[in-house]
Amino acid sequence: MSSRFSISREDWSLHRQGQMDQERHLEKVREAIKKNLADIISDESIITSDGQRQVKVPIRSMNEYRFRYNWDKQEHSGQGDGDSQEGQVIAKDGSAAKKGPGKGKGAGEDEGEDYYEAALSVDELGELLFEDLGLPHLDPKKQPDLTAKKYQWEDVRKTGLQSNIDKKRTIMEAMKRNLLAGKPTLDGFNRQDLRYKTWEEKFQPQTSAVVLAMMDTSGSMGDFEKYIARGFFFWMVRFLRTKYDNVIIHFLAHSTEAKEVTEEEFFTKGESGGTRCSSVYELALKMIGEKYPPDLYNLYPFHFSDGDNLSSDNQRASELVLKLLETCNLFGYGEIDSTGGSPAYYRSSTLMSLFKREIEHPRFMSATIKDKSEVYQALRTFFGPEQLPERGVS
Amino acid sequence: MAQPLKILPPGGESDLSMSDADVVALESAIERIVELAHGFGLDFFEMRYEVCPADIIYTFGAYGMPNRFSHWSFGKSFHQMKTQYDYGMSKIYELVINSDPCYAFLLDSNSVLQNKLIAAHVLAHCDFFKNNYRFKTTNRQMVHSMAAFANRVIQYEHDLGRGKVEHFLDAVLAINEHVDPFHKVATYAGEGASPQAAAASSPYDDLWALDELGKPNHPGMVEERPQVKPQATRDILLFLQEHCPDLAEWQRDILSALRNEMLYFRPQMETKIMNEGWASTWHARIMRELDLTPDESFEFARMHAGVLAPSRYHLNPYHLGYHIFDDIEKRFGRAKIFEVREVETDVSFIRNYLTKELCEKLDLYLFAKDGDEYKISATGWEKVRDGIVQQISNGGYPYIYAEDYDYQRRGELYLRHSFEGVELDPVYLKKTLPHVYHIWQRPVNLETMEDGVRVLYTYTGEQIDRKML
Repeated sequence: MSSRFSISREDWSLHRQGQMDQERHLEKVREAIKKNLADIISDESIITSDGQRQVKVPIRSMNEYRFRYNWDKQEHSGQGDGDSQEGQVIAKDGSAAKKGPGKGKGAGEDEGEDYYEAALSVDELGELLFEDLGLPHLDPKKQPDLTAKKYQWEDVRKTGLQSNIDKKRTIMEAMKRNLLAGKPTLDGFNRQDLRYKTWEEKFQPQTSAVVLAMMDTSGSMGDFEKYIARGFFFWMVRFLRTKYDNVIIHFLAHSTEAKEVTEEEFFTKGESGGTRCSSVYELALKMIGEKYPPDLYNLYPFHFSDGDNLSSDNQRASELVLKLLETCNLFGYGEIDSTGGSPAYYRSSTLMSLFKREIEHPRFMSATIKDKSEVYQALRTFFGPEQLPERGVS
Repeated sequence: MAQPLKILPPGGESDLSMSDADVVALESAIERIVELAHGFGLDFFEMRYEVCPADIIYTFGAYGMPNRFSHWSFGKSFHQMKTQYDYGMSKIYELVINSDPCYAFLLDSNSVLQNKLIAAHVLAHCDFFKNNYRFKTTNRQMVHSMAAFANRVIQYEHDLGRGKVEHFLDAVLAINEHVDPFHKVATYAGEGASPQAAAASSPYDDLWALDELGKPNHPGMVEERPQVKPQATRDILLFLQEHCPDLAEWQRDILSALRNEMLYFRPQMETKIMNEGWASTWHARIMRELDLTPDESFEFARMHAGVLAPSRYHLNPYHLGYHIFDDIEKRFGRAKIFEVREVETDVSFIRNYLTKELCEKLDLYLFAKDGDEYKISATGWEKVRDGIVQQISNGGYPYIYAEDYDYQRRGELYLRHSFEGVELDPVYLKKTLPHVYHIWQRPVNLETMEDGVRVLYTYTGEQIDRKML
């Protein structure tokens, strides 16, 4: 019989296995999210959020699948406080009882399915989404008019913050000192050797982008159409903010006449009556002419509609689009087709077919969206990597 | 897996870790604790206590062992456990490894009093590891075997690429529970059952039969090749090693190593209630013998109550085990509980010692889903007892047998779920079959019961088919 024991405390700081495998897990989560971006980004909870909150993304592929019992068809055991009776309700679906002992026993909605839920912020999601997106026709000639403060590592000093130590220079200094003393080796450091990197404030030209969000709000634009437009603008604005210091966005609503509205009105209010697209293009041209000279601003007019336009207005509309294209970095046209891809003869006279006929311009881009997961595709159409080589053209 | 002692922390935790003076104080307390444990008749291996930070305890908790191979699923549970700890939702106080000498890891943010309780608690775990018959054949040097395997996995990843090795590990882990803990006994009996072996008088006699096989009219040469079925086994991992057509050496190694790891963990899975009950019984008795200040007594009582807190939605093994041992001792005396800790596992422990009185006193019940509510479905003690036994049998996993490696003479694998009243989770089933296919590389079948009908799921490599039998 042994009564020996020992107690010790060691330095575990180099033991990183858990963190390393956690990193691998997160890497797999990111891969899974990227595969499902199309569905995730058009989720209502994200688009209607203010962009600040965390979103929970269910990821099926991260479950550790195995042969197991059907939780909902199995009896489980529990313990009451003295007078439990048969038939007594102890929990409702969706509450604590669903979380069984151990991991992965929780029952979900369909057939006992449960998900691994990754929590990430809208920004993190944006990072994944924007990873290979870029701005086509990015114009470098914009005049440096506005400036912004930037910090740049420029100087090396003998004092500074410990975290900003410049190791290479510090070693060099130590070697120099030793060498002067006749010892050509690295032999310890003293205070005088230390060198720190410091930053300087710099004023840099600020780049600005103006988004003109135009939408048909006539009677034919329903909830679905607005939801799609909203989803698109939500991500587009976030995307532009990663590229420009300053993004200004104007909401222009139109039926037969156009006016600037607030964001809330833009997405909630509907009007009745016909549609004249030329009205909103005129308004856009007017705003650009008055407030946003093209040599100072990057201009991104985007127009969403269901494709219905008064046919007498068509000619004027396409002329104005061409005019906008003269000054803008990109003109994007999105047509929302809520008929779910009905036969072509229903939709033969839409704006899309008009523009395709009349406008041939490298900066004109269009996308048709039939389903909310196609918002992702539309973003890639406008900003995707296949557009980028054209950068050189402009 | 090591035994984590996991409870809700009582409020007012301090984040300060133990000072060196605390460690010295703990050391002298443990000396007394070990002495008391011997006095009570506990019999344990030499103890190696390590005081370590939360990150380390949670790493070992997630992996089940120090130095186990790396896999993202361990990283996932590490992250989940650590998050719960960081948010103060639950806390693991210790981990103890079934090994000789026995390693016990104490959390350095525990108070000295908490670590005293834990030192006593793990001594009883170690006594259990050393004396319970299910642990007799476990490898007490498993830490080293696991570390060696972990290094081989690193080498495989280096040679073959991480993706390939990870994919295979994913697949084996999906069926890792399906080993036969009593395999050795089963095959010795099984070998005698083959007809050649029965007639053989020397180990090479079966070679003579090969001559016979070539001759016409030999029973082995009927027009149709006879359906040779191997003996069904629930050791799917072993079955795959023996019958899987094209396994590379590294794949065979992974199958075999994961099987050994599972066989090592298996006794702990089968004795969770007893082991925790036993450890709780003795930590309580040892602590009562120590000279504690009133503050310490209060802290001890609060921690003990936290560990033993019952739950409405699952069984707390600490609580159930503690009360059953207590009841046995009251009825049959001290010597009996030592005998029980030696010869029973959870299933027989519950069957033999969960009495009507105890079941009512503890207010145990079964519950099940009824519509969108969870309702108590049984309170009668025999139903409850049998229900608990059903839930913990086979470690809580369904019994799946590997029955054929040449199903329909197309080299397909045939698995059969031995239906005992509870259906399989169909979503999980459909997602697990592709994992088995990844190992087998040919179609994989699984027979089970759904709504009273026998059903066969087949994964062809492209899709899942389901048909009635």
